[in-house]
Amino acid sequence: MVNLEKIIEDTAVKMLQLAVTELPPDVMNALKKARERETNERAKKILDTLITNAEIAKERRVPICQDTGLIIWYVKVGEDFPIKSKLYEILKNATIRATKEVPLRPNAVDPITEKNTGNNTGPHVPYINWEIVPGNELHLTVLPKGGGSEYWCRLYMIKPIEGLNGAIKCVLQTLKEAMGKPCPPLVIGVGIGGGADIALKLAKKAILRPLDDMHPNPKVAELEQRVLNLANKLGIGPMGLGGDTTCLGVKVEVAARHVATYPVGIVIQCWAARRCSVIINKDGSVRYLTHKV
Amino acid sequence: MAEYKLKTPISEEEIRKLRVGDIIYISGIIVSARDKAHMKALKEDLPEELKKYLKDGVVYHVGPVVKKINDKLIPISAGPTTSIRMEPVEHEFIKRFKVRVVVGKGGMGDKTLSALKEFGAVYAHWPGGCGALAVNAIKNVKKVFFLEELGVPDAFWVLEVENFGPLLITMDSHGGSIHKEVSEKVERNFQQILEQL
Ligand code: SF4
Repeated sequence: MVNLEKIIEDTAVKMLQLAVTELPPDVMNALKKARERETNERAKKILDTLITNAEIAKERRVPICQDTGLIIWYVKVGEDFPIKSKLYEILKNATIRATKEVPLRPNAVDPITEKNTGNNTGPHVPYINWEIVPGNELHLTVLPKGGGSEYWCRLYMIKPIEGLNGAIKCVLQTLKEAMGKPCPPLVIGVGIGGGADIALKLAKKAILRPLDDMHPNPKVAELEQRVLNLANKLGIGPMGLGGDTTCLGVKVEVAARHVATYPVGIVIQCWAARRCSVIINKDGSVRYLTHKV
Repeated sequence: MAEYKLKTPISEEEIRKLRVGDIIYISGIIVSARDKAHMKALKEDLPEELKKYLKDGVVYHVGPVVKKINDKLIPISAGPTTSIRMEPVEHEFIKRFKVRVVVGKGGMGDKTLSALKEFGAVYAHWPGGCGALAVNAIKNVKKVFFLEELGVPDAFWVLEVENFGPLLITMDSHGGSIHKEVSEKVERNFQQILEQL
């Protein structure tokens, strides 16, 4: 008999370690391509530093960035996967263990007492996004989300009359205000429609998409490309010190909107766009999707 | 654009030589301080030893990841945090503790810029997220102040560094700020893009 609970917990700890120490290949490639295209001398140097830093972190298995984020899990559990309601406890334990073992920086602060809990857990944290899907597998993704970029996430409730151009304006406005503070080059997630919460949920989920993927809806794919081009025309550049590379990618998701509202959720992710995904079968086998193990 | 190697304590004269675009490498002592540390420093009287490290010294906006190795806490990733959070208090911090170099990311505002000018200090930029690379320069943890009270990221870490850099001077003591320059350019680009939308 395999001890599935233990496999999940151990895998989740490993996922956190991989996520904070090694960028997924699509992010690394995007950085290198941006470096080749960049024309600003200062920006080239900064991109070189980012790439070197990521390589050193991977080699030494130390965190790429000292801010190892607030821990957010995305869980898709197959209806025939035997463990369900216990998953919360397992992922919480894994988060506590990883904080010690990787180690991660303790980032969870109780906003009432202002005390750092010391182990990256607290009310609603780690946060888990649930989905139930057919099948006998468990899909896990972890997003250690840094605070510096999260600070610049925005929700705009624009007038429906303003439409898509209005949404684009919101993105550019956000970037202009943020400048170098969220550590560009950035990955931008945009959620359009739904309610206020849905727009932001979609936007955050969007930053988990591989940078080199294509949105299945060609109109949305075209919009993503358009926003990316405009964002890079702003001239903010790596770390906000000027240059062509402000964004590595823009990912848009849409939901139907209420006739009278037009929510635009914007999630800003830094160049250290860390994530790790696996699939665990009910027989205990584990497949890593974002990292070579 | 010039390159300088600085050793703490750093004199005002050395600082006044620096202009935006210059690169510096720091050896000696640097002290970490984020929001909570800044607030504490301005509300209470700090220990004399800590004040000594700050005077003519370097404050680094960082909250490191630390690992216990042989019973000693060692930073294993230590890149900068967003400096603008300290904007409301940095002017007073520089004035009171006579800090010469503020290291961080993202730049700071006009109030800090005026303190740099008035008291002879610079703002030096380290690329955000580059925590793994930054620890290359950290040779030793000399002391930690208020670790229990403030927690790992927010404590004052007194670090011995060797050739910490390359740090880019993005705000100097003569009123120069690359952040301001780039912001103005971005504002123009933004208006142009909107017109064409
Ligand atoms: S924004 Fe990202 S890269 Fe920058 S300090 Fe925060 S987590 Fe690190």
